[in-house]
Amino acid sequence: MEQSGKHLTEVLAPYKDERGAIIPLLQKVQETFGYLSEEAISQIAKFFKVSESEVFGVATFYAQFRFTRPAEHCVKVCLGTACHVRGGQQILEAVRRDLGLESGSTTTDYKFGVERVACFGSCALAPVMVVDDRVYGRLTPTKIKETLDKYR
Amino acid sequence: MTFDKLRKEAIAEWEALEHSQKPRILIGTATCGLASGADAVLEAIKLELSRRSIEAIITQVGCIGLCYAEPMVDIIKPNRPRICYGNVTPEIITRLVEDYLVKGDPCADLALGTIGDGHIDGIPSFFDLPVLKPQVRIVLRHCGFIDPENINHYIANGGYSGFVKALTMKPEDIIAEITKSGLRGRGGAGFPTGTKWTFCRRSPGDQKYIICNADEGDPGAFMNRALLEGDPHSVLEGMLIGGYAIGASEGYIYCRAEYPLALKRLRIAMKQMEERGLLGDNILDSGFNFHLKIKEGAGAFVCGEETALMASIEGKRGMPRTRPPFPAVAGLWGKPTNINNVESWADAAAIMQRGAGWFASFGTETSKGTKTFSLVGKVERTGLIEVPLGITLSDIVYNIGGGILKGKAFKAVQTGGPSGGCLGADFLQTPVDYETLTKAGSIMGSGGMIVLDEETCVVDLARYFLTFVQAESCGKCVLCREGTMQMLEILTDITEGKGKPGDIDLLLELAESVKLGSLCALGGTAPNPVLTTIKYFRQECEAHINDKRCPAKVCKSLVSFYIIPDKCQGCRICLRSCPTNAIAGDKRMIHVIDQSKCIKCGSCLDVCPARFGAVAKVSGEQLATPKEPVPVDSWGKA
Ligand SMILES: Cc1cc2nc3c(=O)[nH]c(=O)nc-3n(C[C@H](O)[C@H](O)[C@H](O)COP(=O)(O)O)c2cc1C
Ligand code: SF4
Ligand code: SF4
Ligand code: SF4
Ligand code: FES
Repeated sequence: MEQSGKHLTEVLAPYKDERGAIIPLLQKVQETFGYLSEEAISQIAKFFKVSESEVFGVATFYAQFRFTRPAEHCVKVCLGTACHVRGGQQILEAVRRDLGLESGSTTTDYKFGVERVACFGSCALAPVMVVDDRVYGRLTPTKIKETLDKYR
Repeated sequence: MTFDKLRKEAIAEWEALEHSQKPRILIGTATCGLASGADAVLEAIKLELSRRSIEAIITQVGCIGLCYAEPMVDIIKPNRPRICYGNVTPEIITRLVEDYLVKGDPCADLALGTIGDGHIDGIPSFFDLPVLKPQVRIVLRHCGFIDPENINHYIANGGYSGFVKALTMKPEDIIAEITKSGLRGRGGAGFPTGTKWTFCRRSPGDQKYIICNADEGDPGAFMNRALLEGDPHSVLEGMLIGGYAIGASEGYIYCRAEYPLALKRLRIAMKQMEERGLLGDNILDSGFNFHLKIKEGAGAFVCGEETALMASIEGKRGMPRTRPPFPAVAGLWGKPTNINNVESWADAAAIMQRGAGWFASFGTETSKGTKTFSLVGKVERTGLIEVPLGITLSDIVYNIGGGILKGKAFKAVQTGGPSGGCLGADFLQTPVDYETLTKAGSIMGSGGMIVLDEETCVVDLARYFLTFVQAESCGKCVLCREGTMQMLEILTDITEGKGKPGDIDLLLELAESVKLGSLCALGGTAPNPVLTTIKYFRQECEAHINDKRCPAKVCKSLVSFYIIPDKCQGCRICLRSCPTNAIAGDKRMIHVIDQSKCIKCGSCLDVCPARFGAVAKVSGEQLATPKEPVPVDSWGKA
C-alpha cells in the first residue's frame, strides 16, 4: 500500500472543508481502491481528527462498504420483493452452484464475488441480477451459466 | 438571460425537431430498457442506418412505463404519426429499417400503437390501449417523450414556467396554491405537502434547507428511479419552487447509489440549470439564491426515514431520532428543513404550471391527484403506471396489468412494501386511496404494488419482509431489533414445518409490542405484513402449522418433487439437469427421485417437456413411485 498511501492523500484533499464528508469520502476511497483497507480507515480518521472506531462505526452501518479485497467480477443477485416472488432465491442458488460456492461469497481465485441486494429498481424485469454494472433481467436458473460464461 | 429568451430558444430547438424532414427514432434507455437489451438495439439502429446511409435523428428517452414490452423503439416519419414498437430485437430493427424507413410499410404486426394525429391501418392508438386508457399522466408526462439530458426539451414542453410564475408570487401564496391542490406526500405517510411547507416557512431561522428524498429503498418499487432517469428537471423545478416558497437557499438530493443512471442524469440536469442561470446565485435576476448538492446513499433502507437521512447527510450513521424537534424546526445541521419525496417535488412543479384546481380535479375527496405505482410480480404487464387516486385495485391488476401471469388465479396485491400488507380478492373492488388502504391494514406507501398469484405463499412473503426489516433495523430500539428477530424466528419455523400451536397468538402479541415500542416507522410498521397475512390468510398459516403443508407449494421444507410414473417417457432430460444427481433412470425407463438427495431446486419440473408433464411438485402428500427405475409402461401393470 506504499504508493497507494500517497494516492490516498490526493483522494482526501478535496474533502478538506466539507461538512459531513465522511461518507462521500469513504465512497470515493472505495471507488479508487476497491475496498476500505485498515490503512485507509486509519488515514481517514486522522484526516477528520476523529477516532478510527468512529469511522468504522459509520462505514459498517452502510451496506455499500467492503473491507476485503473485491473479486474481479461482482455478481449481485436481487432479492427484492418483486424478484423474491418471481424466483430470485432460485437464481441466487443457481449462481452459487454454477460458481461452485458451497460457503462464502468469493471464489477462491477471486474471479467472482456474489452479493445479494434488495432491489435495483428494475423490478418489472424480475428476477434480476447485476454483473459488474450490467443489469440482466427476466432470468431463469437455466440462463445463469450462459450469462456467467461471458465473464469467465 | 431572461426566461423568455431561454424559452424561445428551447421552443425553436423543439420545433425544428418536430418538423424535421429526417425520420426520428426514439429509444427507451432507462435502466429497465437497458436491462432488456436496449443497448444492443441502439447499436443495431446505428449500424443499420449507416449501412444504408440513412440520416435519422436518434433520441434516447426514459421509460414510458411499459416495461413488459421493452426494449421499445418509436419511429416518426415526417408527417406521419409516431409508431411505438415493443419487444424490439436487433433483427426487428433490420426489418423496420428496410420495410418502414426504406419502403414505407409500417409493419403493423410489430407495432403497439400510434401516438399523435393520424391513423395507420392495423395499428391502434397508443393511449387507447387497455394498459394506458385508465392512466392519467401528470408526473410521467414527459417520460418517454423528451431527452432527459436536454434541458431545452423540458423547457419547450412547459418546464420551469411553474417556477417562473412562482417567482412573481408571494411565498405564502405559492404555499396556499400547493395546499389548495390537496397534494399529499408521495413518499409513504401521505402528509399534506402544503402544511409541511407552511411549518418550515414559519419556522424562524436565517438558513433553511430543503431535501429531496430519492432513497427509494422499498424493494419492488422503482417509480422514483424512472422519474429521475426520464425527467429529472421536473423534480428539480419542484425543488426550486419549494426552496423559494419556504425561504431555503440550499437543497440536497439524497439518492441511492444503486441508481447510477439517475445520479448521472441529475448531475447533467443541474449543470444545464447552472449554465442557464436557473441554479446558483440570483436566479433569473430575481435575487433568489439556491444551491443544490447531491448526496449518494450508501445502502441503508432506514436512511429513507427523514431524521436518519439527515444524520446520514451529516456524515453519521443513519439512525432515526425522536421528534420533536421536528425537521421543520431543527433539521439538517440543526436548521429548519423540509423534506419531500421525488414524486412530491415533481407534482409541485406540475401544480404551479397548471394550477391547483386542475390537479385537484383528479383523485378523490381526500386523496387528490395521481400516483405512480410500480406494478410488478405475477402480472402480465409489469411496469410503471400513473393513475388517478381512487381507481380500484381490479382496474389496476386487470385492465392495466392485463391480469395474472400465465392465466393463474389472483391471490393478493402487496402494497406499501415492508410497512404495508397483502390485500386479497375481497379488496379488488375497493378504491386505492390513503384512507381505504390504511383501514385495510396496509398503506399506500411509496407506490410499490406487487401482484401475487396462487403460486405465491403469503406466509413466506411475510417472512421475507421480516428478514428485510430485521436486517435493516438500525438497532436503536430493543423491540424493533429483538422483537422483529423473534417474529422472524417464529415465522421461519412455520415455513420450515416446525410451527407450533399458539405461534399465531404469539406473533400477534409480539406485533403489538413492536409497534408500540419502536421509535420510527420502520419498527412501527414492520409487523404490518405479518398482521395482514394473519388477518386475511389465516387458514394458509394454519395449514403450515397444523398440517405441515404449504398450499402454494413454495416453502421448500414442505414441498417435494416426484416423477409421475404413468407420464414419464424416460427421455433423461431431467436427469441431466439435476444438480445433485438425485434422479436415476435410463432411456425408456421411468425415472425416480431419491428424496434424500433432492435439494428441491425445481429444475426437473422446468425442463421436463410440457407434453409429458411428468414432474409433480406436492406439499403434504406422497406420491407412489417405483423404488428403482423400471421400463416405461410397466408401472402398475404387474
Ligand atoms: C424506514 C423508512 C424508509 C423510508 N424510505 C423513504 C424513501 O425511500 N423515500 C421517501 O420519499 N420517503 C421515505 N420514507 C418517508 C420519509 O421519512 C418522509 O416521510 C418522506 O420522504 C417525506 O416526503 P413526502 O411528504 O413528500 O412523502 C421512509 C420512512 C421510513 C420510516
Ligand atoms: S424503530 Fe427500528 S429502525 Fe427505527 S429507530 Fe428504532 S431500531 Fe431504529
Ligand atoms: S428438484 Fe432439483 S435436485 Fe430435486 S430432483 Fe429435481 S432437479 Fe434434482
Ligand atoms: S420426468 Fe420428464 S424429463 Fe424426466 S425422464 Fe421423465 S419425461 Fe423425461
Ligand atoms: S425487486 Fe429486484 S429489481 Fe426491484
